[in-house]
Amino acid sequence: MTSHIRSFLSVFAARPVALLGLVYLVTIITVALGADLIAPYAPEDIEPVNRLSPPSWGHWFGTDHFGRDTFSRVLHGSRLALLIGVGVVSFALATGVPIGIVSALFPRIGRVLMRMVDVMMAFPSLLLALGLIVILGQSVANAILAIGVIYLTTTARITYGVTLRLREETYVEAARSMGASTLWMIRKHILPNMISPLLVQASFVFAFAQLGAASLDFLGLGAPPEIPSWGNMLAESRIYITRAPWLLFYPGLMIVLTAFSLNLVGDVLRDRLDPRFREMLGNRQRR
Amino acid sequence: MLKVRNLVVAAGTPSAELDIVSDVSFDINRGEVLGLVGESGSGKSITSLAVMGLLPHPHIWVRSGAIELDGADITEEPPHLRVERGHGGISMIFQEPMTSLNPVLRIGEQIEEAVRVHDGSTGETARIRARELLEMVRIPDARLQLNAYPHELSGGMRQRVMIAIALACRPQVLIADEPTTALDVTVQMQVLSLIRELCDTFDMGVLFITHDLGVVSELADRVAVMYGGKIAETGPVEELFRNPLHPYTGGLMGCVPDPAAGHRRFQTIPGQAPKPGEVPEGCKFAPRCSHVQPACRAGAVPPVTAGANHAAHCHFPLSRGEP
Amino acid sequence: MLAYVLKRTGAAIATLVAASIVIFIFIHLIPGDPIYVMLGDEATPEQVEALRTRLGLDRPLYVQYFYWAGNVLQGDLGTSIFFQEPVTVIIRDGAETSLLLACVTMVWIVALGVPVGVLAAIRQGTWVDQGLSGIAMLLASIPTFWVGLYLILIFAAHLGWLPSSGYPSIFEDGGLSNLRYLLLPSLTLAAPNAALILRLTRASMLDVAKEDYVRTARSKGIRPYRVVVRHILRNALLAVVSAFGFTFAALISEAVVTETVFALPGIGRMVVQSILRRDYPVIQGVILVIVCLYLVINLLVDISYRYLDPRVDLE
Repeated sequence: MTSHIRSFLSVFAARPVALLGLVYLVTIITVALGADLIAPYAPEDIEPVNRLSPPSWGHWFGTDHFGRDTFSRVLHGSRLALLIGVGVVSFALATGVPIGIVSALFPRIGRVLMRMVDVMMAFPSLLLALGLIVILGQSVANAILAIGVIYLTTTARITYGVTLRLREETYVEAARSMGASTLWMIRKHILPNMISPLLVQASFVFAFAQLGAASLDFLGLGAPPEIPSWGNMLAESRIYITRAPWLLFYPGLMIVLTAFSLNLVGDVLRDRLDPRFREMLGNRQRR
Repeated sequence: MLKVRNLVVAAGTPSAELDIVSDVSFDINRGEVLGLVGESGSGKSITSLAVMGLLPHPHIWVRSGAIELDGADITEEPPHLRVERGHGGISMIFQEPMTSLNPVLRIGEQIEEAVRVHDGSTGETARIRARELLEMVRIPDARLQLNAYPHELSGGMRQRVMIAIALACRPQVLIADEPTTALDVTVQMQVLSLIRELCDTFDMGVLFITHDLGVVSELADRVAVMYGGKIAETGPVEELFRNPLHPYTGGLMGCVPDPAAGHRRFQTIPGQAPKPGEVPEGCKFAPRCSHVQPACRAGAVPPVTAGANHAAHCHFPLSRGEP
Repeated sequence: MLAYVLKRTGAAIATLVAASIVIFIFIHLIPGDPIYVMLGDEATPEQVEALRTRLGLDRPLYVQYFYWAGNVLQGDLGTSIFFQEPVTVIIRDGAETSLLLACVTMVWIVALGVPVGVLAAIRQGTWVDQGLSGIAMLLASIPTFWVGLYLILIFAAHLGWLPSSGYPSIFEDGGLSNLRYLLLPSLTLAAPNAALILRLTRASMLDVAKEDYVRTARSKGIRPYRVVVRHILRNALLAVVSAFGFTFAALISEAVVTETVFALPGIGRMVVQSILRRDYPVIQGVILVIVCLYLVINLLVDISYRYLDPRVDLE
């Protein structure tokens, strides 16, 4: 176990800056888990007397138009951010990977499936997400689903490409000729080779999911307004930006730091696992 | 004409570096083909890149030594500076014709580029010269092929185009790094005879790098054998084949299958070539040598000679050479 | 070449048809009965039935689709429930804003992303490269609307240099100077995408620099500048150009948010408002037009790729 951790950390030796990103992510996870304990106020606590007051000792990040403590709300917002990230990545992997593998190993179904993926990719991503939200209704689960569908397509494409290339590898042919069953081949040869590119993809998807969710929240179509999310906080702060710029600053900063850390970690991972799968991935990344 | 003296090439980062070519010296004269022979990893390609001035900085560089062309010092001089300073022409053709040409430019343009640099000509003059060069390397329908893209040509044709580009530089020396390894056998012979012919016609010196002894015996006038980043032996080609001094050379000769000898186990040289990091004391070949003595593992190896132009670095050469 | 164009066009049309079916089904999956939306809750059953029949909404779904598709091909995208105007008029009104915004943004993206990416590649490993790459990654991590809101805060609210919202047409009073209304929005939209193009250009340049033909080019003795431009850049741009299709899609997506932030009367904002208003004909028509536009752009990119890379086959 420790050797795994050590080899994982050795990846960051090349770029110590990325270690900061990792530290931040660990911090955020801790904060999210312990938000109830750490936050000085409950996110719904209203202090109308103190509304729209700038950062002070009592309220580190100031208060909003209801007098709610921004710092506590920001801390609680991390929960939703992580929830969305985990949800989107899990959904994208759980759906995209099987689709990609199946399409590559069974060309007849594969052609149809990949065509469908192509059609889905013909929709600009946010519009696709909006469309799904409209049909399914507005909720956190649906937001995860809607954003997840976007990255389902890229994950499927990547998995498809990797599996196709692996299928041509001689050792796979050799295994086949020895009578290996398809399932066994998937387990033994394909999935292990998929881990690196998917790991990198996961960190980028996690990052972009943050931005996507924030956009949805901002449009009023993401998480319901009762739930403290960074995007929602920004949406609410919009009319007050001249009077209370801290309401704009802190939630936005959190989004940026989180996305940036994830991008940084993903980048370092990719550099390390390059060039083996650079050719597998191709050059297409989608937001 | 081309003199390489005590060339040492190092590789790595400032904190971890090692010598991948050490103390290499050889000469190439006009009109002669020097075959540079050795296993993969023996440093032959690196040596040729060093002569060209194309070492991939910052990872690989010339630590010490001198390279001279007709008296001018061209050590670590990249091609464009060499041209600017008028230090004479060296051209190189590479092993992989399939990837050595720019895929989005037409053949004619790529040749003209070289022509323009070395002749200073432009427009129509350059175009005519490009066609001449294609005809010189015996490409049929030269005028048509000027407009072709690399992917439209076969491997053999592409290699000829590479040679045409090399000739455009009006070289005194042509370096050919395993130019036929990636080609079919029949095409190989055509390209080799073309190189020989051009060498004679233009009085060029040719540094021909290969691991194929058959090619060497056909094409080369003199041979240098490299092992572990050093030159093991140099000499005229017949001498080397008949009367090898260095046990490694002897081993190589023995490895060539002899149809006349009937069925027999193939000879091999036991062991493996040393990796760049390994630096055994004394002779690098000692671990694999069948003639090894204790003295071989201690200290530097002295040169021995056997006749004019035939020398090797060995304590106990195969035939009676003189120190 | 012609065969290639025809083939790709055919594929694009097929995708468009498939997409239109998807859109149509989507819209009809939206909960809520549009009839009641149109007539209000007090409508009598007879009124409901009458309107339903009149609008053809009592027919089976696939019949409705063919009617709709037929109308689309004749240029009729339906009528907006909210505005009581043809959808085509609504789209046309918003088109100028959105298209201009997209074009200006693309100019920023290419003008900023590509040269800086080349610079970072040439100076690989130096602090110039590290700094630029770091900034690029940062920009790619910032939500578009946040950038937008801050730009408004600084340049409009505090400095008063630029307007913060709205967009009068350049065909009206003010003429081309009205383009300044698009300055902040286009910069906002361009930032993250320029960052991605920067990284792509840099990565592509570095990949190409390792290729054998670059070594050949150097061995000819041509000057380094020429090697970079004629051999490395020329090939590196292939990857960048092929990313333009995706970039445009991202633009369209994010334009939705940007137009909302800057209150621009464009198509993106129209989509969001129509969704909130349940104005189905508008939603349907606008998404169809956007998808069509996206496919056309991709088609053009593919075809131009054929010009740039002579290796591309007529698959």
